[in-house]
Amino acid sequence: MSDAAAISETLRAPLTYNEDVVRKFVVAGMFWALVAFLVGVYIAAELAWPEANLGLSYVNFGRLRPVHTSAAIFAFGGSVLIGTSFYVVQRTCRARLFGGEALADFVFWGYQFFIVMVALSYLMGYTQGLEYAEPEWHLDLWLTLIWVIYAVIFIGTLLKREEPHIYVANWFYLAFILTVAVLHLVNNAAVPISMYSAKSYAAYGGVQSALIQWWYGHNAVGFLLTAGFLGMMYYFIPKQADRPIYSYRLSVVHFWSFVFMYIWAGPHHLHYTSLPDWTQTLGMVFSLMLWMPSWGGMINGLMTLSGAWDKLRTDPALRFSVTAVGFYGMATFEGPVLSIRDVNALAHYTDWIVGHVHSGTLGWNAFMSFGAIYYLVPVLWKRSGLYSARLVAWHYWISTLGIVLYISSLWVAGIMQGLMWRAYDAFGFLQYSFVESVSAVHPYYVIRWLGGMMFFVGALIMVYNLVMTVRSPSTRRAVTGYPVGAIAAGE
Amino acid sequence: MPTKIEKDVISGRETTGQVWDGLRELNTPIPRWWLYTFIATCVWSVGYVVVYPSVPGLFGYYHGAIGYSTRVEVNSQVASIAAIRARSMDRIEATPFAQIASDPKLMAVAMAAGKITFANNCQPCHGAGGGGRPGFPTLASDSWIWGGKLEDIQTSVQHGIRNEDPDARMSQMPRFGVDGLLKPVEIAAVADYVLALRGANKDGTDVTAGGKLYAENCVACHGEKGEGKREVGAPNLRSAVNLYGTSKDAIIAQISAPRQGVMPGWNARLDAATIKSVAIYVHSLGGGE
Repeated sequence: MSDAAAISETLRAPLTYNEDVVRKFVVAGMFWALVAFLVGVYIAAELAWPEANLGLSYVNFGRLRPVHTSAAIFAFGGSVLIGTSFYVVQRTCRARLFGGEALADFVFWGYQFFIVMVALSYLMGYTQGLEYAEPEWHLDLWLTLIWVIYAVIFIGTLLKREEPHIYVANWFYLAFILTVAVLHLVNNAAVPISMYSAKSYAAYGGVQSALIQWWYGHNAVGFLLTAGFLGMMYYFIPKQADRPIYSYRLSVVHFWSFVFMYIWAGPHHLHYTSLPDWTQTLGMVFSLMLWMPSWGGMINGLMTLSGAWDKLRTDPALRFSVTAVGFYGMATFEGPVLSIRDVNALAHYTDWIVGHVHSGTLGWNAFMSFGAIYYLVPVLWKRSGLYSARLVAWHYWISTLGIVLYISSLWVAGIMQGLMWRAYDAFGFLQYSFVESVSAVHPYYVIRWLGGMMFFVGALIMVYNLVMTVRSPSTRRAVTGYPVGAIAAGE
Repeated sequence: MPTKIEKDVISGRETTGQVWDGLRELNTPIPRWWLYTFIATCVWSVGYVVVYPSVPGLFGYYHGAIGYSTRVEVNSQVASIAAIRARSMDRIEATPFAQIASDPKLMAVAMAAGKITFANNCQPCHGAGGGGRPGFPTLASDSWIWGGKLEDIQTSVQHGIRNEDPDARMSQMPRFGVDGLLKPVEIAAVADYVLALRGANKDGTDVTAGGKLYAENCVACHGEKGEGKREVGAPNLRSAVNLYGTSKDAIIAQISAPRQGVMPGWNARLDAATIKSVAIYVHSLGGGE
């Protein structure tokens, strides 16, 4: 950039971003994280000690389980995704959010309203019976409205961007927004019993319903928990590491191969069911071919740190982001392995699957969110830094140990269940009854509960640290000015 | 912002020339190992698609080079297990109970089959080892409602109790309170009498009235001394093992509006030899006659 260009750049009218809505989403995200983790710990206790359900229908496992999954995926994950996407798209487009403050605020409050109503409806026993798509039709319609407005804001901001090109993080955010919209509309097709009834009948039945459900379920993982979070990764890791993205070319190839392969992989959830064999085969091979496209994101994330690995020593928040990418790599290798028919025959319906999901959600999604939020809070609240780097380190080690306990105990439990269920004695009878496999996993359920508890404690430490960052005088910034990156915004 | 390709000092690579919010991208070529592994998984997948059922058409689908089918696979696995079982189970079906008992090898098979079948099918209600639960009879005692001989148990398992099976064991106790056959005071008196039959009349309550009512209403099924009658499935009222509770309130509730549990018939789900094995296993739990 020539000096003259640089000067004219600086002299342009200062551009301010809508950070208010991002702050709201960050606060909501942390709140829902605590809710999701607490409910998770509680239902893990119910599995280990069934008396913990207290005989109350409102808190039994069947009702609280969707509260946990929806709070984790849609409330915590969703709030962090929408919040960071609003943050990232403004800065990488050098444009204020399209539609103004009111529209963005409507998305925030509308989305939070959706979450609260969903949680209440689960507790009251309302469900469509579709995993991760449990909310009934009236709530689905409300979310559709919110989502369309969200898409309009995001795409509108992209369209009015000042940058000539669209940054890679926004490709992934956009893939997430568009695909989730399609998934939501198709899987939730239902006919209400009446205009005034909260109950509905699904538009599909039998094996068609199962196939559409797992096309939805798997791509909710693929596009919300993976593509969306890759969007976060592509902004926050290079930001925290202060290094360029490792390979632009890899990002193009892995993006397109990723979005193309992922959408077909759902049938691997229905191996050895009444789903036709040919569909199972295709689901499996697309899952296998998805391995490298997924790992493309891991390579770009980790290799971006080359030349900046020393920052891991000084920036504990970066540790979260990088460990997240590590867990991402592990989970996206384990996934294709589990999709292989014969492996699936052993693993399906066992706790191995639950462990696999949590290595992704705790290790990848939550850690990526933690890394981003630790970065964002001082920026958004204009602080000189975090209140305590030591507390971040404590959070990091407690949570990491919690994840290790969680997933290793469920590996053992799951493989043991799979082996017990298929064992025959010399006379051709099952070696173990089902209830024996239930009591055999009890100790591992206790360890899993402990792991979840540690993860929850870590999150409490984080919230304390963030509140102190905002409140404490020690983090008040002496000199006005933004951290790296904000300068381009002209402030 | 104008495009300006820069050289990254640390990696020696060039950037693409674009900057977003201070972020740059290197123009590093795609790692070879990534590309080759990706191609390898694609090639492997094409091979798998050729071998296994895969591509749909308008009228059916491509069945694959080896004609694999999960349906065929599961049937052959079930058949091979059935063949192993048949070796001994056919003999159990054909052999009378008395002879099975005298053949230790056959007995071992029957016990193994009975134990696992019981654990997966009966235990959820009757408890581990037939310990029973309120409303679900204890099978490990000699307090049988419908009889504790091997053949009795076999019939109970085959046809169940109070269900749609025409051969199911049926019994119905009148609803003395709900249908107004006895007044509440009378029911309470009968309950006192039943407690006395159990030897639980500790405070010496006068049970003459209750005894009279018992003789008029209950004796036909439950017997002179409350010993019960298996032909009609009337429980022994003096047994320590009691289906619906031994407190006075529980007895009053049962006389007033009897709960009458249902047990499914297992004929449809379990084959004859397996039911026989279950009977042998249950018989061995402690109460067999």
